[in-house]
Amino acid sequence: MAMTLDVNGKPLAVKAAPDTPLLWVLRDELRLTGTKYGCGIAQCGACTVLVDGQPVRSCATPIEGLAGLKITTIESLGGAHPLQQAWVKNDVPQCGYCQSGQIMSAAALLAAKPHPTDADIDAAMDGNICRCGAYQRIRAAIKEAAGMAPATVATPAAPAKV
Amino acid sequence: MNKILSPRETLGATRRDLVVGATLVGGALLVGCGPADLLSVGAKENFGAFGPFIKIGADGAVTVISKHIEFGQGNHAGLAAIVAEELDADWTKVKVEQAPAIAKVYANTGMGVQGTGGSSAISNSWTQLRQAGAGAKAMFVEAAANKWNAPVGEITVKDSVVSHAKSGKSATFAQLLPEAGKVTPPKTPTLKDPKTFTLIGTDRVRRKDSQAKSDGTARFTQDVQMPDMLTAMVAHPPRFGAKVASFDAAEARKVPGVVEVYQIPTGVAVVAENTWAARKGREALKVTWDESGAEKVSSDKLAANYRQWAAGKGTLPEKTPWQPFETKGDAAKKVEGTIFETSYDFPFLAHAAMEPMNCVAQVGVGKAKLTFGSQIPTVDQLNTAKIVGMLPGAVEIETLFAGGSFGRRANFQSDYVAECVEIAKKVGKMRPVKLVWTREDDMTAGYFRPLTHHALKITLDKEGYPLAWRHRIVTQTLMKGSPIPAKGLDETTVEGAKGSPYLKATPVVDAQALLPDLGVPVLWWRSVGATHTAFVMEHTIDQLARKAGKDPVAYRRALYEKAGATRHLAVLNLAAEKAGWDQPAPAGWSRGVAVHESFGTLVAQVAEVQLVDGQPKVGRVVTAVECGTPISPDQIAAQMEGGICYGLSAALFGQVTLKDGVVEQTNFDTYRVLRNSEAPTVETYIVPSGNAPSGIGEPGTPVIAPAVANALLALNGQATTSLPFVKA
Repeated sequence: MAMTLDVNGKPLAVKAAPDTPLLWVLRDELRLTGTKYGCGIAQCGACTVLVDGQPVRSCATPIEGLAGLKITTIESLGGAHPLQQAWVKNDVPQCGYCQSGQIMSAAALLAAKPHPTDADIDAAMDGNICRCGAYQRIRAAIKEAAGMAPATVATPAAPAKV
Repeated sequence: MNKILSPRETLGATRRDLVVGATLVGGALLVGCGPADLLSVGAKENFGAFGPFIKIGADGAVTVISKHIEFGQGNHAGLAAIVAEELDADWTKVKVEQAPAIAKVYANTGMGVQGTGGSSAISNSWTQLRQAGAGAKAMFVEAAANKWNAPVGEITVKDSVVSHAKSGKSATFAQLLPEAGKVTPPKTPTLKDPKTFTLIGTDRVRRKDSQAKSDGTARFTQDVQMPDMLTAMVAHPPRFGAKVASFDAAEARKVPGVVEVYQIPTGVAVVAENTWAARKGREALKVTWDESGAEKVSSDKLAANYRQWAAGKGTLPEKTPWQPFETKGDAAKKVEGTIFETSYDFPFLAHAAMEPMNCVAQVGVGKAKLTFGSQIPTVDQLNTAKIVGMLPGAVEIETLFAGGSFGRRANFQSDYVAECVEIAKKVGKMRPVKLVWTREDDMTAGYFRPLTHHALKITLDKEGYPLAWRHRIVTQTLMKGSPIPAKGLDETTVEGAKGSPYLKATPVVDAQALLPDLGVPVLWWRSVGATHTAFVMEHTIDQLARKAGKDPVAYRRALYEKAGATRHLAVLNLAAEKAGWDQPAPAGWSRGVAVHESFGTLVAQVAEVQLVDGQPKVGRVVTAVECGTPISPDQIAAQMEGGICYGLSAALFGQVTLKDGVVEQTNFDTYRVLRNSEAPTVETYIVPSGNAPSGIGEPGTPVIAPAVANALLALNGQATTSLPFVKA
């Protein structure tokens, strides 16, 4: 029954039944809780991980088809990935719950298109919901991580003292 | 207080104690003992030398204890900055920790209980944390003065270093800590002159949690793992008010990993070794529901009733009178002028925070601990205490980050918390139980922004300005189940219409609200009353301006001047200037403006809108905000950006409908929300102010919908009489 998954470069034996979505194996069994549950039906993107470099909604991906494929989660980015640096510099997160999924979708985008257009960003990021509405900063941070011109709208200068 | 509760202050209180305690809450006020004191009995209090809000480590690092939950609005950064400013701590090394639940120490000074809401985190803490920071600083100053035999007045502090220029001596907080900790804190520490602030109001005040929230290490309720922890899911009835009639758990128990199945007041709980097993177990349950007490209303029927009642037709429900909220002049007297009539319909809305509601509870004999994103810890303690039979203060709460709330985690029933505690009580032995709600559980559980109807009849003078304003609002009260029942009208249902400068500028006002009772649980939703009143006031005003042949900005200015609404005028003028209102809108775009005050903060927005395939597309939004002394300009901008997206999402798509009592939307496939490509580009400009800070988490939200409606009005002359703009 046990199968082996390649998670963040390590072969890991898992006990879960084959129909278990990857999300719950990552979170409950492997204790990789950076990947979040948001909807369970591949609508919100909070659970996004990479499978062989492609963004996948782990909440709706049973593990049975994943043997031999490379699974990459937020934990593998190390915290200082250019996207993560740009996220921190722009103070992108608000509640932060969706951000692992946002960053994994953005990582797949930049791997495929190192200098994405706005249309590329729309296409790659529209599957990731952020209820706090950090979208503008997500877009700015992706561009910054890609070494592109910063977003046209800067945060305001501090108001004059009164 | 001790005398009142004597002889027992132990953890093992009985239900009777609680009833006695709860009864005393009212009576205790009479003897000068606040409810917060009473609700804190049994809490462990153990603060260091610098009091409940500041910890300073042996390395000199300053940790600010936040009594408020951080669920996105950046309050942790702002609260820490207030302390760091007065303490002159090295901001780069300041950390933030979440306070435990102790109402008498950590009460929201505006609520009387510990809780976050009403955009009050910064405003209610402003003086309290300035004093805490200034007090701690005074302790270091006095310690240094004693050590160096120098006058206190000659000691300075900067970036956690204490100096005496004349002698050339200096020491870090770490070096002075042993002596400073022994100094008696001053009773009334001297606060800084705000003109000398070096941190507050600067771009240095940035979030402290961005790294943890970008690398997956930030800890949410969903992420809690404890030894021996069980995960629970609950089968809930399809209709509000239904109960379990009977259930068959045989198949559920066969699911590998399912540990136990319990009937609880809200349904049938499946307790399992992991989330997926709990879910499969729940799917295998067979439950028959008793729907004799269930609410079977349909939202279209409800809206029709509301429209009828507002129009003075039909029979009002029993014990449901019209309640005046603003009355001026003689409404019965006929006023000559042109009549303008309109009405608006607003749907139920779900909060739909990214993290569905969840909680971790442990219940033992005379002990209970909750680990989760608690928005109103005191109420969660009270509701837990009722279930387990303890004194509320003895219920321990460890508050974690929450993946959004927008009001949902704050309700008088502590609905999902109580559900988790019921299960943990069955499990017992302090064994941790994590209650996981699926998105479907979250979306169909109610606590919606109520379905609401407004009807207006306005008499206009020759210039087109209002002479008489008749206003009727039909909605549900948000205060149902409050332990402190509202005296008179529930103000949260009318705020924003009540107090509007437009009503102030109108000689005759007859404004009333009708609050019928209903079995659909409703709740505050980011910006509360303003979710509908801002739209009604601002979209109506634009229609009146148009009718009068006047520019919407000029028309508002005239009314603000008449009402003496100088703060409204300031944000309107700044937004109009930055948006280039006196220039034509960019080709292909239409512009709309709206202004609203909520939570003490003024926001004006100019939205540029176009119609793409019949659906509004919002491009640039220029927003001007006046929120008193700005603490973190960057987070003020972030809240304008986020608040606009939250409001726009609801305005464009948000709609929960009920069919015979069943919620028709269950997940993001049927409850559409704003996505990245639909988000506007927001520019934020802050009006300088030296007043105490006011709210920022909510005031950006309610202004965008009327700004968009007004842009559409300018585009095609069509008024918007119901939301959402995009019908499903």
